[in-house]
Order: sequence, then C-alpha cells, then structure tokens
Amino acid sequence: MESIESLPTVDTAKKLGLLPEEFDKIQEILGRKPNFTELSIFSVMWSEHCSYKNSIVWLKTLPKDSPRMLAKAGEENAGLVDIGSGLACAFKIESHNHPSALEPYQGAATGVGGINRDIFTMGARPIAQLNSLRFGNINLPRTKWLVKGVVKGIGDYGNAFGIPTVGGEVFFDDCYTVNPLVNAFSAGILKVGKQASAISYGVGNPVFIVGSATGKDGIGGASFASEDISEKSTEKLPAVQVGDPFQEKLLLEATLEIIESGCVIGIQDMGAAGIICSTSEMSAKGEHGMEIDLSKVPTRQANMKPFEILLSESQERMLIVVEQGKEEIAKDIFDKWDLNCEQIGVVTDSKRLRFYQNGELVADVPADDLVLGGGAPVYHREYKEPAYFKKYQEFDINSVKDVEEKDLGKVLNFLMNHPNIASKKWVAQQYDSTIGRANRNTNAPSDAAVVKVHGSDKSIVITVDCNARYVQANPEEGCAIAVAEAARNIVCSGGVPVAITNCLNFGNPYIPEVYWQFVGAIKGMKKACEAFETPVTGGNVSFYNQSSDEGPVFPTPTIGMLGILEQPELKLGLDFKAEGDLIYLVGKSVNDIASSEYLYSYQKVKESPSPAFDLAYEQLVQKAIAQLNIERLLVSAHDLADGGLMVALVESAFPGQLGFDIAATNLSVRNDAFWFGEAQSRVLVSVKPENKDKFEAILNGLKVDSQYLGTVKGADAKINGNVISSIKDAYISYDTALEKIINN
Amino acid sequence: MKFGVVVFPGSNCDDDTVGVIESLGHQAVKLWHKQTSLENCDFIIVPGGFSYGDYLRSGAIARFSPIMENVIKHANEGGYLMGICNGFQVLVEAHLLPGVLLRNNSQKFISKNIYLKTGTQNSLLTQALDANKAYKVPIAHAEGRYFADEKTIQTLKDNDQILFYYCDENGNINENSNPNGSLENIAGICNAQRNVFGMMPHPERAADIALNNVDGLEILKSIVNC
Repeated sequence: MESIESLPTVDTAKKLGLLPEEFDKIQEILGRKPNFTELSIFSVMWSEHCSYKNSIVWLKTLPKDSPRMLAKAGEENAGLVDIGSGLACAFKIESHNHPSALEPYQGAATGVGGINRDIFTMGARPIAQLNSLRFGNINLPRTKWLVKGVVKGIGDYGNAFGIPTVGGEVFFDDCYTVNPLVNAFSAGILKVGKQASAISYGVGNPVFIVGSATGKDGIGGASFASEDISEKSTEKLPAVQVGDPFQEKLLLEATLEIIESGCVIGIQDMGAAGIICSTSEMSAKGEHGMEIDLSKVPTRQANMKPFEILLSESQERMLIVVEQGKEEIAKDIFDKWDLNCEQIGVVTDSKRLRFYQNGELVADVPADDLVLGGGAPVYHREYKEPAYFKKYQEFDINSVKDVEEKDLGKVLNFLMNHPNIASKKWVAQQYDSTIGRANRNTNAPSDAAVVKVHGSDKSIVITVDCNARYVQANPEEGCAIAVAEAARNIVCSGGVPVAITNCLNFGNPYIPEVYWQFVGAIKGMKKACEAFETPVTGGNVSFYNQSSDEGPVFPTPTIGMLGILEQPELKLGLDFKAEGDLIYLVGKSVNDIASSEYLYSYQKVKESPSPAFDLAYEQLVQKAIAQLNIERLLVSAHDLADGGLMVALVESAFPGQLGFDIAATNLSVRNDAFWFGEAQSRVLVSVKPENKDKFEAILNGLKVDSQYLGTVKGADAKINGNVISSIKDAYISYDTALEKIINN
Repeated sequence: MKFGVVVFPGSNCDDDTVGVIESLGHQAVKLWHKQTSLENCDFIIVPGGFSYGDYLRSGAIARFSPIMENVIKHANEGGYLMGICNGFQVLVEAHLLPGVLLRNNSQKFISKNIYLKTGTQNSLLTQALDANKAYKVPIAHAEGRYFADEKTIQTLKDNDQILFYYCDENGNINENSNPNGSLENIAGICNAQRNVFGMMPHPERAADIALNNVDGLEILKSIVNC
C-alpha cells in the first residue's frame, strides 16, 4: 500500500465529490487514512446514484408489498412480479440523463443497454422496451441535435439488441433545454423459480468477469450523475460510456444460458461504478468477502490504474460467482459466444473486499460499509415550500377568455401541430416495434402497450407516464395523477394494473425548494400506489437535473406501470370502429383548464395549479371501465389526457379515419374546459347501439357520471352541426407536425 | 418439410422464424454458425438481425462463417434457401441473389407496416398468393434500398424473378408506396433457378391472429402447401 506521505487529504475527497464529514467517516470505518484507490471507491459508492443517500429515507415510505412480489424494491437489480401460470415479469426504468445531455447518441444507447442488463441479469429474457424522453425548446438547433442523437442512439442499440420498443412518451418544455431527460424501461419474462440473484457466498467459489474488456470510458459516471450540469461538464466526456449492442446481444444469450445451466451462485451486471459496485453489493448481500486480482481483468488499454479498473463503466460486462468445480461449464458457454470469461478472484469469509494488482494489495475495504443499507450515509434533507407554489394556486379561470364555439377548429388545429400532442411517429418509426412478434398494438392501437407473453394466453400491459407540468404545479397531486394516468391507460387497454417502477428526475437535493418537490412527489406516489394496489418495485433516482443558469427541470417522477391482460379477447383499443356506434364521455366534466396544454401553450398562461383530481373518484371510473370491458360492452376506450376531450376524439377517429357527429350544447362548464381541459378521471368510449341500456345501467349502478356525446359518423369532426375539421386534415397536421419542426 | 434457421452471432429474428414455422406444424431447427452440417434440412432460412453486428456492411461478414459453405452448396444444388431482411443482405453479399441493399434513402432506420404485391405467382414463395391483394407486412431495416444495374433489373424482369413490390393498401405501386427508395419498388426477388428467395419485409411478424394480422402467414404457407 502507499506510504503515509502520499495519502490523500480532505481536499482530494472534496474533489471526488465527498463531504468533509464523509471523509471522517471513511477514516473511522477503515481505522486509518484511505489511499487514493479506496477514497475513489467510497466516492462512487457513496454517490447519490449508488447509495440513494439523499432519497432513501423517503423511498422507504413507499408501499412495496403484494402477494405477487417475488423480488421487492432494493432486493435485486429489478422488481420481479408473479404474473401467474408459472411466469414472472422483471421490469424496471432507469435514467441516463447526464450522459445524454453531453453525448446524446452514446448516452441514450448505453441507457438502453444498462436497463436491459438489469433485466437479463435476473435470468429474464427482455420482451419489450419503452422510453420516456424530455427535451427543451424544439425550435433550438441544439435541441434538435439532442432529439436526433437520443432517438438514433436508442434505435441503433435497441434494434440491434433485438427487443421491440413498443411505446413511450416524448415531451418538450423550455425547462429541459440544458438538461434533457432520457428514461429507459425494459420488461422481461422468466419461469418462476429460475431467477438468478445478485449475491455472493461460498468460500472458495470463483469470481468471473465476463463480456467486454474494461476500458477508461465512463470512469466516475456515477459521481458525474450526482452533480449539476455546467459548462465544465463537457470536460467530463470520458465519463460517458460507449455502447456495443452486438456484444450486449451475445451477453444476453450467454447469460441466460449460464443461468439455465445451474452453475451460477450469483450474478450482477456492471452498470454505475463498475466492478466496485457489483463486487461490493453482491458480497454485502451474501455476507461474504472477495479477493480480486485486478491484473486479470481484460482491459482495452495498457497500464490502467487500480481505480480506473474498479470504477470503469465500460458496458456489456457482468460479474458472476460460479459454484466451485463448475468453472468449465461457464467457460464453455462464454467460449461458444466468443466472449471474454476470466476468473479474477475468489469468495472469502472476510466480509472485506481486497483488491490486488501485480501481487500488491491496492485496496482493502469492508463490503457492507460501501452499500445502501450498510454503511453508506443516509441524510434527512431540509425542505421548504417554494414561493411559486402559492402563486400557482391563485390562478383564476376567469382571467382567461373562453374559446367561442366557432373557434374550436382553430384551437384543434393549434394542438394538432403542437409537438407535445402531435404524433411521435418520427420517433417511433426509428425503433423496431415488431420484432418478437409480440406487439399487439401494431395493428390495433391501445392507450398502453400490450405485449404477448409467448407460451401463454397472457399479455403484459405496460406504460410510462408523467405529466411533469402537473407535478411542477403541485408535486403531491401531480405525482398521484401520474400513477393514476398510468393505471387508467392500462385499464383502458383491458389490463389490470399490478405494480410500478419509478424514475425520479429532480434538481439538486441540497436546494430545499427542490427537495420539497421530491418529498411531495413521494407522498403523492405513496397514496396513489396504495389506492391502486400497485407497489413500487424499484427504479432509480436522478437528482441534479438542473443547469447553473436555468435552474431545475420540472420535477419529473416518471411512472412505469405493469399490468396483466389474462384473456387475449379482453384487449381494448382506442379507435372508433364502426359508423353508428355511440360515443360517451365517462367521468365528470369540470370547469377546469389548469395546467392544460391549451392553457399553457395556446393561452400562454404558465402558472396554474394541477388539474382537478379526486383519487377515490378515479378508482371508481377505472372500476367502471374494467367492468364494462369484462361485460364486453365497450368498442373502444381512450383516456383523456393532453389536449382533453377534443384531442381524445380525433385520436380515436384517426386509425380508422372515422369521423364523429357530436351534439353538446348547454354545457355546465366553459367551452374551453369542456373541450380542452385536462381534469382527470375521464375516458372517451364508443358503444354499440344495442348495448346502450346495459352500458348506462352499469354506470348508474356504480354512480359514475357519463355523458352521451353523439355517434361515430362520416369523415369529419362535426360539433353541434358544424364541421370544425375533416378527420383527414386534422390527421395530416397531427401526423407530420413533429417531422416538419425537426427537419426545419 | 424440415426447416433450418441459421443463427449467426447477432441474428435476432431466429426465434420468431422458428416459432412461426412450428405454428404451421413443421419442424424447424436452429443451425449454429460454427457448425457445418445442415442436419438434412429441406429448406434453409437466413433470418433477420444484425449478423456479426453488421459493423462492416450488413451481411458482409456472415457469408464467410463455417455454416455458409454448405448453405451455398445446398443452394447451388437446387435446395431451397430464403433470406429475410438481414438474411436477404447476407444472400446478396454471398452472390446467391443479384443486386445490393443500400442505406434507406431517408438515411434512417424504418420500422412500420408496408404493403406488398406479388410480381409473379411462379415461385414457391408466391404460388399460393392472390395477385390482386395488397399484403400488409412490417419492415424494420436501415439498409433495405434494393439496387442493381439496369441490365440486372432487366434480367430480373425477363426471368420473372421479382417476387414482391412495395405498394399502397390499394395495391398501387408508385413512389409514395416505396418506403426506402428501392429501385422499381422491389421488395423481394428470387434467383434465376427459383430456389433462392430474398425479401426485406418480415412475413414472420404478421403471422398471428393475436396481432391482428396474418398476411405474412399466407406468404409462409405458400411454401409449405406445395
């Protein structure tokens, strides 16, 4: 080990992102001063990205239990949910915001790679991906560059890896101009009882590193993700990793094969903080230690220093602890796939991680003190209501001039051309969505993605949702709405919501007003997840999403929800299917335009509360839709979201190019609230005329409001006798708007 | 009929292809790229994917792998061979089919449903298809723009080798219904001996009633119902 003179000081610790008190704590744990390698180890393992030190206190308040849960939040690399028939679904969402802000192509690509490794390291074969993207002002050249790079990065990686991207969301707002958000979701299937665990035990068991060689890319990426983005961030380019989907595809097949072979004690992918993260987390979980020879790690560059090897975030690698005596099985499998498979160490009973290089001990640290739930610090951060919050609540609808009926077409046209509402086809067509022959939405669109689980009648129903404008307006209500909307999308697709994963994108947690948003969002998520009985299975926290000059992004707790559709025939579509079908609005019209796209973009009023929302009523509406579907009384169902009723109507009209004839006079609310408001808990449905009585009886029985609007008819959007647009014209705007803006 | 589906490192449509053939009640085995035996298969399929990562040029490396020697021999002896998407690229690189597949004219990966019309009923792959129907099948590729010199195109026409054209849902073959800039909207061809087939669209992805589209299944059924 290094001599006392060369040992790092508290100043070095600060440069590595540690606090002075954390430096003291490290000395206390080691009983001596750390050397540079050890200090680097603590700096990444105690970064927010790995330790959740500023968030765990609140994350622990979230519900995580349900009879379906096979791996709960924090237990494994992803949550694992029993979906019946001996099958389980592993699913998770994760951010790759900071790398994507600097190098959009590789940043987004490696985000896709990382989330998929989390799934297949558990022994699950990924079957579907989603992503949730947020960018700044789309008219800026830099934003266009980011959009093109991120979309190409996701596409090139996911397409070659060979798992369909079946849905997602794209949202634009000025607050994301410097710091875009790139959240990637993956879901995989395994047979119950076949899952692998991220654990290490059994003295003498060999430890293997498999997959790609280790290079200097991505060193300190976890620490990088734990600070604000600034001008200097581009100097951190080495902190961005480089992805190779071809290696990932080979690693997937080899990993599933080795798990199936039964020789694996434990396995964990190498994501943030590389070798040090997987060795410490697996060892801490199994209450064992490891002796690792860093000289044996296959490297891309010569003469890599110990901290570089330990912290490297080179992609497409796994750490595997194999049962002693079965080394040849492991080697044969990786040989077949032409991948590296090197034994780099053994399991010990010391509970310590001892790293050697060229025969010399370069670091000696206790595994448990590095990890969340062990010795990693836990902080209660201060929080304070920001000044803007009260101001937002003071919004008065009467300060905005209502839309006259003759101008409905004008507002519709504005919204169809708005990038937040227009079709995301330009994005979606760059992703392979049909591979795996499982995407049930390709020829029959639904609000949530419905993905067939081969070998059963089931489908998983998955969605990612978060209207961050609502969360900004009211973190608690806004986040509850995000959960409710995800559940509503699943119910409107015929599924039953069962669990969520979350990606919590916030600003700097050391700013009390930002932390207040975080606390509020967690409270809202808790109450909504309890109401829908959808426990939180894990996810990730991404703080420091802010720039030095523009402040924090909107608080964006992206919800990834999993639902199950047992019977294939109960899948519900969002599209009108036949002329003469009756169109109803299920739910209550409210005199509310708060935080709507209409108010924010068309009326340019940026400050208003979150939209009207009543959690109990939301549950009732979802229950009604589910019951109507089980009784086969719905032809279509489409959740009212951005753009309100009017946008839902045309979106239901587009797939079949079927128009509607609506009569809605003597409204109980303003025109704009009725047509464009985003009050929650509303669903647009179409019903066969012969089912009218049964349909109405069920809603009356459940005391859920509904309003008959008119019929599916012709090829125009006709309201109160006036054609406000042809469906074709509205569709052309909707279909091409985003492409025109990006290519402009 | 016994089918063999070649698996290169980076192939990713092998499971889909095997699954659909099995759903038709026929046997399908995977043929690993490092093996040389074709295991007595009657019909070999080179599936879609990114063989060897497609890092040099789509399909360029795959043709040198051990299994390909016997695949080429099988084809030259008159055995049936079909390439789908990346498989088509491999067969073109191996000179088993004429022409090349260039980067899409949009310069982007394109994933969407397109429509196909048969160019001939005189092939195993199209014999059972309706000449007047537009078949809805997905494409998913970045390099699918079919190109060949004028002479080759003329030969393809003279020999009736063009299996599929991109068309619109009403069967019109024109520029608007051409998703990637392929010459003359060519989506699939066969060789002069009519035993080697290549197509960019993925019929195996439109072969399940649960996905609301079985147009691709009709194409694959044409093979087995001979």
